[in-house]
Amino acid sequence: MKRGRTVMTEIKVPVVRNILEINERLAAENRRLFDEKKILAINLMSSPGAGKTSLLERTVEGLGGRFGIAVIEGDIQSSYDAERIQKKGVQAVQINTDGACHLDGNMIQSALNALDLDSVDLLVIENVGNLVCPAEFNLGEHHKAMILSVAEGDDKPLKYPLMFQQSSVLLVNKIDLLPYVDCDVAVIRQRASQLNPNQAVFEVSCRTGEGLDAWYAWLEDRIREVKNA
Amino acid sequence: MHEMAIAENLLEIVLDESARHGIRRVDRIVVQVGALAAVVPEALTFCFQAVSQDTLAAGARLDIETVPVVVRCPLCGELFEVEDRFDACPDCGPVVSGMHMVSGREMTVLSIEGQGDEEGAHGHDGD
Repeated sequence: MKRGRTVMTEIKVPVVRNILEINERLAAENRRLFDEKKILAINLMSSPGAGKTSLLERTVEGLGGRFGIAVIEGDIQSSYDAERIQKKGVQAVQINTDGACHLDGNMIQSALNALDLDSVDLLVIENVGNLVCPAEFNLGEHHKAMILSVAEGDDKPLKYPLMFQQSSVLLVNKIDLLPYVDCDVAVIRQRASQLNPNQAVFEVSCRTGEGLDAWYAWLEDRIREVKNA
Repeated sequence: MHEMAIAENLLEIVLDESARHGIRRVDRIVVQVGALAAVVPEALTFCFQAVSQDTLAAGARLDIETVPVVVRCPLCGELFEVEDRFDACPDCGPVVSGMHMVSGREMTVLSIEGQGDEEGAHGHDGD
């Protein structure tokens, strides 16, 4: 065989492909399944400790009985959250991301296989506690919902704009703590509204139950939208 | 650290396009990232170096272009760049329904450059 320098040619390829195209494709498949089964899918996001699981426990009490609810719990480790939800008598499946800071479309597909979707009207996907990465990855949900607890401060819309910009609804949680923290809900509302003027904002306390009826009513309206679509 | 997931997805696209176009060694990759996408360029570069080791994209230069957040006012149709407000137009004032985002969330591979052998270069299918 003749040995020598291989003739190499410069190649430049224009590509234009979405880096997250695989996730977008899987999310679209999830969405088709939700639409076909007429299940409202909510992607629930917040920082750790803002009250996602407490909100879910309350929501199961507030809507349960009238609607079939299922929950996908995303956590880096442990099945603690799924067990909390299962105690409320609804289907819950835990995803452990083993270090990943967000859920993606593929993880949801695997979790959906573990759920009986036939009697489900509302699927809540509780994302990993993180205000950054979860906003970037579509899961196929109809709406993103986020929680900001007042203990985190009213500067969060400035620091994490994408999540506020992408979420259809913002729950300002732990309002029972307002006397003890330096947080102005009017400032949260104003800053969130600058990012997303169409966002519904509810001030709630998952501890006392205050304000949650408006959240349940919002969910019921969205469930009906999906049923009637 | 979603840059790692992004780097893995990017590598997959780079290897796929390289195979299709006969690139044997990748020299340069150009990607566009929207300003709202919360991607730290240094972190993406670092993660890409890590995941591309032992592949034909090892050592490739990753050029990351930031795309500004541009919105269109639904009232006057004007395009403008936004810093942090999506609820007002510089000309029309507050817009209740909000601005329509035109750019700012991109995460796109724009081009791949590299070295291919003659055969590979001829195998270019032109798409």
